[in-house]
Amino acid sequence: MSTVTTTVPLAIELRDIVKRFPGVVANDGVNLSVRPGTIHAIVGENGAGKSTLMKTLYGAHRPDEGTIQVNGIERHFRSPKDAIADGIGMVFQHFMLAANLTVWENIVLGQEPGKFFRLDSKGARVRLRELGRRYGLELDPDALIADLGVGEKQRCEILKILYRGARILILDEPTAVLVPHEVDELFASLRELTAGGATVIFITHKLDEVLKYADAITVIRDGKTVGEVPDPSSVTARDLAEMMVGSELPSPEIRESTVTAVPALEVEGLTVTEEDEPDGRRLVDGATFTIHRGEILGIAGVEGNGQAELVKALVGILPATGTILLEGDDISHLPTQERRARGIGYIPEDRQKDGLALEFTLWENAALGHQRVKPFAKGVWIDRGAAHARATVIVDEFDVRTPGIDVQAFTLSGGNQQKLVVGREMTADPKVLLAAHPTRGVDVGAQAGIWDFLRDARKKGLATLVVSADLEELIGLSDRLLVMLRGRLVAELDPSTVTPSELGSYMTGAKEAVR
Amino acid sequence: MLPGLRKALLAPLVAAVAALIVSSIALLISGNSPQEAFVEMWKTIDSTESVVLIINRAVPYYIAGVAVAIGFKMNLFNIGANGQYVLAALIAAWVGTKTDLPAPLHVTLIMFVSVVVAGAWAAIAGVLKVTRNVNEVVATIMLNFIATGIVSFLLAEHFRETETGGLVAQTEVLPESARIPSLNRLVELTGFHFAPGVRLLGFLPFAIALGIGYHLLLNRSRFGYELRLSGMNPDAARAAGVNPKAMIFKTIVLSGAVAGLIGMHYLLADPQFYKFGDQFPKTVGFTGISIALLGRNHPAGIIAASLVWATIERGTQRLSTLGIPQEIGPILQGSFLLAAVIAFEVVKRRSDAAAATAAARAVHAPPAPGPVLGSGATA
Repeated sequence: MSTVTTTVPLAIELRDIVKRFPGVVANDGVNLSVRPGTIHAIVGENGAGKSTLMKTLYGAHRPDEGTIQVNGIERHFRSPKDAIADGIGMVFQHFMLAANLTVWENIVLGQEPGKFFRLDSKGARVRLRELGRRYGLELDPDALIADLGVGEKQRCEILKILYRGARILILDEPTAVLVPHEVDELFASLRELTAGGATVIFITHKLDEVLKYADAITVIRDGKTVGEVPDPSSVTARDLAEMMVGSELPSPEIRESTVTAVPALEVEGLTVTEEDEPDGRRLVDGATFTIHRGEILGIAGVEGNGQAELVKALVGILPATGTILLEGDDISHLPTQERRARGIGYIPEDRQKDGLALEFTLWENAALGHQRVKPFAKGVWIDRGAAHARATVIVDEFDVRTPGIDVQAFTLSGGNQQKLVVGREMTADPKVLLAAHPTRGVDVGAQAGIWDFLRDARKKGLATLVVSADLEELIGLSDRLLVMLRGRLVAELDPSTVTPSELGSYMTGAKEAVR
Repeated sequence: MLPGLRKALLAPLVAAVAALIVSSIALLISGNSPQEAFVEMWKTIDSTESVVLIINRAVPYYIAGVAVAIGFKMNLFNIGANGQYVLAALIAAWVGTKTDLPAPLHVTLIMFVSVVVAGAWAAIAGVLKVTRNVNEVVATIMLNFIATGIVSFLLAEHFRETETGGLVAQTEVLPESARIPSLNRLVELTGFHFAPGVRLLGFLPFAIALGIGYHLLLNRSRFGYELRLSGMNPDAARAAGVNPKAMIFKTIVLSGAVAGLIGMHYLLADPQFYKFGDQFPKTVGFTGISIALLGRNHPAGIIAASLVWATIERGTQRLSTLGIPQEIGPILQGSFLLAAVIAFEVVKRRSDAAAATAAARAVHAPPAPGPVLGSGATA
């Protein structure tokens, strides 16, 4: 393919892009060359500047320095409209679809075909079916978005930008929400697209995908391009990871077992029914399991299969039936406050929504969830001294990078916010820790730190429940794995023998096991 | 100046300038001289007597501001402070005239009744919100109307005084034992003497105590922590074991109970009243909404806001003698409030962005020798 580059201009060429935000240089001399008709991967840690770069390319903001060339012609995008006019479309990590409209309605939204007040739905449907057939992105134009699965929603997003004439597609972490076989399907479609002359750029930090699917790779670290790999077969995942991190690759793997025979949390027949409907769908259906002291139990499952509800029911935020024994004591009828006081630690899946009060200072957040127990409570008062002391301990021991404990939580980066939450729960000396996506959205460094904290606590006898969408993390951390599908625990697997793709087939119900 | 204080004063100063410009335009349009009006306003407030009158006027505003601010702190809009305190003041006045107790006890009883009645009236909105999810704004507005009706009915039919043969719709006058004396004696102890007829009304210490209590409750107590948390992030509050319904109910009742003190200033400490009747101020609860907004729900901010409010009212009192419409007062108040709310938000966004940048800079600075990644252990 190297001969092609001399005759055909590059689809995208970015030279020395610099983008500054107040106090931070997000991109500091990024170069990117994407050949037309290829799948190009951009890899880097969280905060390396990938999203900033893509926003530059998509016209969401303008670079402070550097040039953008599309098909050999220099461009200055003022808005995403300019970018799409040049054939550049973006699929965001968080889908932007109206759930109560159908597929075709979502796709034409803002660009409705037809004259005056008449909407040409027939024409739109025909064009959609044709696009879908050509690229293996088939989707019923009349299906309601709310009824679609994650993979189908993503297909809808891709169709949307194709419908608008995109020839260069940017996908931001497209596989984060998919199970393995959906990933295969996605890249098969993307391959069809590139065969038809389109160009695909995708952002990820999953290195196995990059090596498997990409035609070329650009590695970004600290806002700079640190590696351009025109031929992925020449590198290993380890090489890429070291380029990304600039040091050795962390791994979640646990070696020696610390599992004891002492049950810490016994759950029997836990059932959560959809709210406001007595005969509603069972979001969690008769979950039964035990976590022992010193054990990490992993729950795998495609998001939306009841894992989130399971954790919330255990912590007492969602009403549920069934029994929950904490070290032999029945806590099923206790309120959240009492459960947490008795030693249930909780790392919520969304730290900004459930885990922190962003406008509270770090020391105020250090008491969050423990505000009625010692050392934070002193009679009816909050012991500010104790909260300050605890915050200092958390910042020091859990490596929260902050100028001080008096700053508000929103000033911290996502990874540091997460370390604050993890540190808060761990320093409260829990008996059982419920960790929902403990390393979601944090960079590789922080992720390694959090894994270490979980392992250390396990060694000391903590019983941990880990829910995660990251299969590598689940397999690497857990002593035992349960798979959750449509609210039920459908399989129990041994993480030392299971592979991610095997796990994936249990998660989607393609493979069944009897527990 | 302290950077914190400068930051706190920047927005109100900008707002004051904006308010002066807006009201000057209004004066010019109505054919009056802004200069003349403002000079006259300044003359009106520029005396010891005026300062005392302004403080007297600000005391109930402060209480109303705190009552509303308690709700605001957790995003509850108690629009019903008005109904709560008016109904409470009437019933408290009636109880006061029907009882005969030694002075401190009598005053305590009347205040207690007022606080309980106002809290109970607010509790209706609380119950509706918690059990039936009725928006508290709607509920408290409706309860204001109902309270007004009940007050008219009780005053006309049951609590009306008999001394004048029931000609005037007012309660009987409270006996001496139910009155809070002015602070003039206390001030004279310092050697300072007011001009004759000037009285610093005796409810001021109660307002000061309320302010201190509000500060302690909000910033030092567990209840205040959970209150602020619930207002800021209800999901996190729930995850932290705060029962949202209980919190909503407690906050509404507390807001109402504090509102019950508003009328006590007039009823127990102001010689113009000592009774509940037609002349009794009946809209201070609404003023409290403006005061709380202007004071940013901050214990000290509300002091400043109530003083500003009272100063503008005092300043515009004599304008009509010059042929300048007094309505310039509400225009000044309104434009000041609006400009201040906008200015506060702008300053807040700027300082938030600056704080985030400062934190990012501190973290991205060349790393100080610190703990190595992953070396931490649980405590």
